[in-house]
Amino acid sequence: MTIKSEVTPLQSSPSWKLDCNNGRNILTLSGIWLAKNNNIPTIPDGCFRHAYDNQSLYFDTSSLKQWDSSLIVFLWSIKLQAAQSNIPFDQDSLPEAACKLLSLLSEKPAPVAKRAPYHFQPLVRVGDWFIQSLSDLGKAWMVFIETLKGITSIVAGKSYMRIVDLIQYIRDAGPSALIIISIVNFLVGSILGFVGAVQLRRFAADAYVANLVGIATVREMAVVMTAIVMSGRTGGAYAARIATMQGNEEIDSLKVMGIPISQYLILPSMLSLVFTMPFLYLYGCFMGILGGLTVSIIMLNVTVIGFLQQTFGAVEFNQFIFGGVKSIAFAIFIGISSCHIGLKAGRSAADVGVAATRAVVAGIVGVIALDAIFAVIADIIGI
Amino acid sequence: MSNIAAKNPPLLSVKNLTLAYGSRVIQENINFDVKRGSIFALMGGSGCGKSTLLKSMIGLLQPKKGDYQVNGESYWAASQNRRIDIAHKFGVLFQSAALWSSMTVGENVALPLQMFTHLSDSMIHRLVELKLGLVGMEYAIDLYPSELSGGMRKRCGLARALALDPEVLFFDEPSAGLDPITSKRLDDLILNLRDGLGATIIIVSHELPSLFSIADDGLFMGSENKTPIAYGSPSYLRDHPPNEFVDDFMHRQRSDYKKQKG
Repeated sequence: MTIKSEVTPLQSSPSWKLDCNNGRNILTLSGIWLAKNNNIPTIPDGCFRHAYDNQSLYFDTSSLKQWDSSLIVFLWSIKLQAAQSNIPFDQDSLPEAACKLLSLLSEKPAPVAKRAPYHFQPLVRVGDWFIQSLSDLGKAWMVFIETLKGITSIVAGKSYMRIVDLIQYIRDAGPSALIIISIVNFLVGSILGFVGAVQLRRFAADAYVANLVGIATVREMAVVMTAIVMSGRTGGAYAARIATMQGNEEIDSLKVMGIPISQYLILPSMLSLVFTMPFLYLYGCFMGILGGLTVSIIMLNVTVIGFLQQTFGAVEFNQFIFGGVKSIAFAIFIGISSCHIGLKAGRSAADVGVAATRAVVAGIVGVIALDAIFAVIADIIGI
Repeated sequence: MSNIAAKNPPLLSVKNLTLAYGSRVIQENINFDVKRGSIFALMGGSGCGKSTLLKSMIGLLQPKKGDYQVNGESYWAASQNRRIDIAHKFGVLFQSAALWSSMTVGENVALPLQMFTHLSDSMIHRLVELKLGLVGMEYAIDLYPSELSGGMRKRCGLARALALDPEVLFFDEPSAGLDPITSKRLDDLILNLRDGLGATIIIVSHELPSLFSIADDGLFMGSENKTPIAYGSPSYLRDHPPNEFVDDFMHRQRSDYKKQKG
């Protein structure tokens, strides 16, 4: 009985032939067996049906020319089928290098490890998400409380926070952010000025463009835009840095040494934002009003003095206080949420990216949600 | 050049190489040849520049001076595209295995095959199974690196290094962090792969028992004078140390301690 591979057009093409005659099982291999040629034959299931039981499978490789891993792939499948059919596999008749590689391959490969199958259960997923969100909120709150305790430790002179870290963080969060804060707030102020000019000119209320730009910038836009920029720039960086530390076991080593993470890592991160955000907010107000002024001078018949007089007449001092309080609240939120997200990240490179993305998204959504709450509070207290 | 040397030119040849990070010289005057099919060890104390030399040999760090030839062709003098072609002959097992964490083990091994060959998907799948089978990790084909232990990751990293049937395999501290049994198995695997694939192997390691059992040739790099201080197989350098430092290193003891013992 003879079984062989499909007839191939070229003599050099890889081929095999199984002869089961005169009580011997002989597999003849011939041709060039190179994976890159994409013509490696396969062995059909049950090819040893007609082979002699308990008689070794020998190989004739006299016509075998060049070969690479693809021959080993083929021989391994032969070895597995032979083992299933109780036919001893005599690899001594194979090239020595092939024997060495085949000896590394098991006759009974371990079953492929599978993950639990995925079942679509929307209610379970929503429930899981809700519980996880509540848990995260609770943990973030605990981180906040621990960080506040760190402030009392500073007062008591027993803090683990290093001043040099705080200075470095302040430099990164403050002066280094000035350019982007300038650009964003100037452009937002310009857009407000432009929209105001186009609309208010219809009612001959050109002078009130200054009121619109001033109030909108000081009360809402400067603080919200600055917070969004900081959550993207600084919050994302905090989350990525802490997630990387998680992957390098640096967080573990802090825990083992008993150094409180809340004081060593989170407190300087949060304080740097708390110290810099009010100043960035004021700077953002200046740049926003400057943007509105520039557009007004170009589009309307106003003077610099006139625009500034109108602006300061419209914007009361308590608006700046309110904006400043909001900027501190946003700073605390961005600092705590980004550090918390970094701390609960996984340990791989992909997890660092996920943590940074989550921190930015949480920061932006959280800042806008907090701003809505502040708007309601402002209405209640009459600011 | 003798007839034998002319018939069997070295696969890799390093000539007067100087390695530096900016103006900081790490090693200079490095000269050695690696014979085809041999296992070559890069040895030396911590911080002497072994991994830096390895980086230069795999194309990650351009040397400040000197020549590095692969099959007689100057690697760093070649164009960027040619260097990429030459690098396809290399397989590298990094110290941390460096598996791509967002892919399964099978996808890690398949990626070089998908990128640099025109093989059918079924052939790629069969080759992936084979490479993982060679390192005894065929069952982990659908797992992610984060689900594996350090030793398993190293073996999967080796399977990925073998993906393109490389002529040269580079190992950076393959036994670091492994238990003695796993380390011994890895040594046996390296020997079998050398014999089976006919690959040439360059290995950076501090594991002396491992080096004594597998390496045919080597280079010992000094950290103080920033230049190689000895050439020869690890077992030869153990038995014929050229100086006290190499002697101490190969026998895992300090000179002052030896003197105290008399």
